[in-house]
Amino acid sequence: MPTPALKATRLCKRYGSLHAVDDVSFQVQHGEIVGLLGPNGAGKTTTINMVLGVLQPSSGSVEIEGIDIGRRRSEALAHTNFAAVYATLPGNLSVYQNLRFFGLLYDVAQLRARIELLLAQFDLLPLRDTRCGLLSSGEQTRLALAKALLNSPRLLLLDEPTASLDPSAADLIRGRIRAMASHGDCGILWTSHNMYEVEETCDRVLFVSHGKILLEGDPKTLPQHHGAASLEELFIRLAREPLADQRPAS
Amino acid sequence: MRLRPIAAIALRQLYLMRSSPVRVLPMIAWVAVDIVLWGFIARYLNSVTATGINFTASLLGAVLFWDFFTRVMQGVTMAFFEDVWSRNFINVFASPLLISEYLSGLVLTGVTTSLVGLIVMLIIATMIFGLHFAALGLLLVPFLMVLFLFGIALGVLASAMVLRLGPASEWLVWPIPALLSPFVGVFYPLATLPSWMRHIGQLLPPSYVFEAMRSVVAGGGYSNAALALGVSLAAVYVLLAAWLFTVVYRYAVRSGLLARYSAESVS
Repeated sequence: MPTPALKATRLCKRYGSLHAVDDVSFQVQHGEIVGLLGPNGAGKTTTINMVLGVLQPSSGSVEIEGIDIGRRRSEALAHTNFAAVYATLPGNLSVYQNLRFFGLLYDVAQLRARIELLLAQFDLLPLRDTRCGLLSSGEQTRLALAKALLNSPRLLLLDEPTASLDPSAADLIRGRIRAMASHGDCGILWTSHNMYEVEETCDRVLFVSHGKILLEGDPKTLPQHHGAASLEELFIRLAREPLADQRPAS
Repeated sequence: MRLRPIAAIALRQLYLMRSSPVRVLPMIAWVAVDIVLWGFIARYLNSVTATGINFTASLLGAVLFWDFFTRVMQGVTMAFFEDVWSRNFINVFASPLLISEYLSGLVLTGVTTSLVGLIVMLIIATMIFGLHFAALGLLLVPFLMVLFLFGIALGVLASAMVLRLGPASEWLVWPIPALLSPFVGVFYPLATLPSWMRHIGQLLPPSYVFEAMRSVVAGGGYSNAALALGVSLAAVYVLLAAWLFTVVYRYAVRSGLLARYSAESVS
């Protein structure tokens, strides 16, 4: 069995009596896009923050490329990167300056060449000297993704990466992310509230509610297996009536 | 520790200064104003008193040293505040960056920016007011070392305070040098102070610099042991501050503070 890009084991995060994440276990394999779905406050971002090492689990463990983030944080995080709507890049630095700053933080080899490649890939060349605070939502998303790919991560975390994009821009971004996963080097954990996007992009989804994983399976077949007409209908049903202690594999 | 992540923290400040001269101005303007103001006060005191005290050397020298210390501290905290103001914690701390690398980057920034201020002060004090700074000779090394180390310690301590109490606590940081100045005897000997203030002053490394400087300027000697104590105290404060920052950082990761600062930005 190859080492997964991400292995979360019995993750819990408690704030007093509140269980934000409650005994969550899952894996992300290389070349796989896993959707982390759930209503607001379900525990998705808390889970991602624990994977990123900016939030310590109350119990449980996170391994990135087989490296325990609790014990070898820096080594584990060298294999990962992320883009999230709530983590915009500093608006007072230009596109190029941001990529250089984060490239140095991630100690990326041959950084100049890597930045030029990503600027070209994400159509950012004309914006290289523009301050990020002046970019449109779509441009900022492209930059966030370029930053997220600086270190060629083996695990990529995307928290609602297309949330503020128009359908055309979102489609282009999805295409790029799918292409990246298809190379098989990188596992992707993706959160989104757009069920169409999830169905089209993800190989597997995890439904999270009240800090627990309620369902797991292929987004294309999961609705039928649970008597729902669509992923969106299943989402709404689960969000309103959590399935107590169920986690059947489809 | 790796050099490139450390350089990244300093490089960001360089980018910001290069793109915005307004950021460079305070590094130069305030110290220049201070030196000019105290330079004229010293010149005036020299002209109206016949005490034999060289006010240019004692007053202006003290102001120069004190401003250097505050610039070191502010250089460290300003680099940290950039992450506060741009809500960049999650981007920075979700990277492989080590805390020691982050702090080293803040220190490197503080060193660079404070040296700019020091050079400006030296030029004005020497060219306009005839301060012979070099007359202090090799004593400058421990003097600057103490102020430099203590400035770093306070900068890191202030950053830890903001990390623990939140961005709104920023206003608590700026008055710290002013609060300390009465205790370290910038302009007067520690013996002037009441006993309880003197005891506090003896725990603060800059006190040893100002005591020695006044003594040397007045033509007296200085205590090597006292200066060594000042350097040692400052080094201990640096270690304590780094330890405290690490403790606060771990608390912020455990409690969710670090993640919350970024999440708050979208609310």
